[in-house]
Amino acid sequence: MNINTKTRNILTLVSGGLLLAALAVYLLTPGSLAQDIILIVAAIFAGVPIAIKAFQALRMKAFSIDLLVTIAVVGAMIIGEYTEAAVVSFLFLFGHYLEGHTLQRTRASLKSLMDMAPLEATILKNGKRITIPAEEVQVGDHVIVQPGGKIPVDGKVITGQSLINQAAITGESVPVNKTKGDQVFSSTVSDNGYLEILAEKVGDDTTFAKIIELVEEAQETKAKTQKFMERFAAYYTPGIIILSVIVGLITLNVHLALTFLVIACPGALVISVPVSIVAGIGNGAKNGILIKGGDKMEDLAKVNTLVFDKTGTLTKGKPEVTDIKAYGISTDELLQLTAEVEVTSEHHLGKTIVKKAEEKGLKLVHNPSDVEIMKGHGLRAMLNGQQIYVGNKSGAEKLGIAIDIEANEYMLQQQKNGNTSVFIARDKEVIGIISIADQVREEAPATMNQLRNAGIGDLMMLTGDNELVAQKVAYQLGIDKVYAELLPEDKVSKVTELKTSGRNVAMIGDGINDAPAIATADVGIAMGGTGTDVTMETADIILMSDKLDKLPYAIKLAKATIRNMKQNTYFALITVALLLVGVLTDKIHLASGMLIHEISVILVILNAVRLVGFPKYQVWFKWLNFNAKKRKEHTETQLTV
Amino acid sequence: MKMKTIKIQLETLTCPSCINKIEGVLNKQNGVDDAKVMFNSSKVKVTYNEEETNPEEISAIIEKLGYPVLS
Repeated sequence: MNINTKTRNILTLVSGGLLLAALAVYLLTPGSLAQDIILIVAAIFAGVPIAIKAFQALRMKAFSIDLLVTIAVVGAMIIGEYTEAAVVSFLFLFGHYLEGHTLQRTRASLKSLMDMAPLEATILKNGKRITIPAEEVQVGDHVIVQPGGKIPVDGKVITGQSLINQAAITGESVPVNKTKGDQVFSSTVSDNGYLEILAEKVGDDTTFAKIIELVEEAQETKAKTQKFMERFAAYYTPGIIILSVIVGLITLNVHLALTFLVIACPGALVISVPVSIVAGIGNGAKNGILIKGGDKMEDLAKVNTLVFDKTGTLTKGKPEVTDIKAYGISTDELLQLTAEVEVTSEHHLGKTIVKKAEEKGLKLVHNPSDVEIMKGHGLRAMLNGQQIYVGNKSGAEKLGIAIDIEANEYMLQQQKNGNTSVFIARDKEVIGIISIADQVREEAPATMNQLRNAGIGDLMMLTGDNELVAQKVAYQLGIDKVYAELLPEDKVSKVTELKTSGRNVAMIGDGINDAPAIATADVGIAMGGTGTDVTMETADIILMSDKLDKLPYAIKLAKATIRNMKQNTYFALITVALLLVGVLTDKIHLASGMLIHEISVILVILNAVRLVGFPKYQVWFKWLNFNAKKRKEHTETQLTV
Repeated sequence: MKMKTIKIQLETLTCPSCINKIEGVLNKQNGVDDAKVMFNSSKVKVTYNEEETNPEEISAIIEKLGYPVLS
């Protein structure tokens, strides 16, 4: 006995048309019998679907708003208020129709993301190409992706090269070059090249599928404000019904009692918070920012202290050679011989040097022998009949290698600039110093300014690195406070300390090494979410791209969402209050009550739709921000520790 | 006891009041351990005991309440 959406829409339309007809008749001959008949028919057309729904729920012993409206409509018919009956039932249906359509627009972001899911895959089987549905690809299959095609699985490129648009995952539409051995993701689009991919994760296990799943779940996670509203509504509806009965019995005014039933559902109130949250979370997801729920959104909007991990978050996490100083030989010779010694090394500084030599096209010809690792210092080896030492200052001193004033001065200068200095000595004589630094991310300085503009009071940094290097990075970026030389557990206790001092702390890191600190903070933010499942699990907010510049966007989005949510809540509360007062003072009747109710619901939804287009359609109020700090003016003397 | 979780896609849900209705009715059913309406994606997530009920039965109940099931 279900009435499907299409039939219901037709009934709504017919009933609306009849209402207009009744109006025409009224204008010609007010109070005619024809007018009443048309109104009764209109009320029946619109009332039947509502009554059926009410009956269905009743049959399952469930209460429903439809029941209240049905009682109100039937009651109005009995007391001869045909206009009221027809208008109420029509508005109720028409309101639902409009709500359905506007609600879909608040959900548009996630929908458009889901539409990016791959449908088909071409795989190589026994040397033949076959096309199958994307979810039927097995792990280990060889998947072929043509130029312009969508990648159907997570996997590694076996052959080929292509520029890939990863917007579905990271929200970034700047294409990334992928070639043999690189990781590619399902739902990303290969731009110009042919690719053969080894499927590693398929179907529901792909990063893309997990994003969708996570966002869907996140949308249902209730904000604290929402919980309050629902508690309110849980008392409001029965309260109004009881009020309706009492008022009806005392005043014997059936019309007034029925009016109460019409306003008993605080629709705008219940929907005010979820619509904003859904639009906000959806907008984030489309931009590569996963926010795990309404409550996390609220927390993020409140953050006033941002704590960064240094390596890999503020810096690129890839050390680079920044300067080469050679004494008595050419810089290329120095680099070549150092690389020859370090070629066997597992140390990241050693690897950096070898990489630099390769970049410069230097051929590594000599093989080192008698390699001796000096733990915490460096290494020593025989190369081409000569004793070569590569390592730090203390290691050199231990070996009795003399470091003259010039070299020492140079080293101090390099360290002040945030570099790590590697000494190279040949037969106890220093022949050069190679400086290595983990460069600050290009987007980091601008991001810091945007964060200040977004209202973050304090920017802090935690690192396991030494004080000098840490200070240098902090100085470059205008970070307020630095805590250096920390062990992972120190990071956790630092975050706890900041929290107990009354700050709202967000910790941002790469999600793997910093997982404990991220979990401890009020809001844990992980960067580069494409990396691991661990990241996705521990963090409250995940920036899918390995870039800092999404962070200010995330914070502004959270603030805009919470602002939107508050506008909706206050608006809904005021509407409820006005309706109550209006009914009690005999200003609002059945039809007008329903009209105000439906309009308020639609307005609340439309307000939330604005968020889908964020950062467009936002009015920014510039509050005076007394807490906002200017970038600290560091002086050089602060750095010479 | 074998527990399974399914997600049932409904037509777009418009009124939050249907949440309580659907959840309330489903949670009273034999074999249903937990029913949760995902209002924003118009889905119902049901955890049920395979020995006592099945997806068809659950879908039928939702249909009977007046909410067409899509998949």
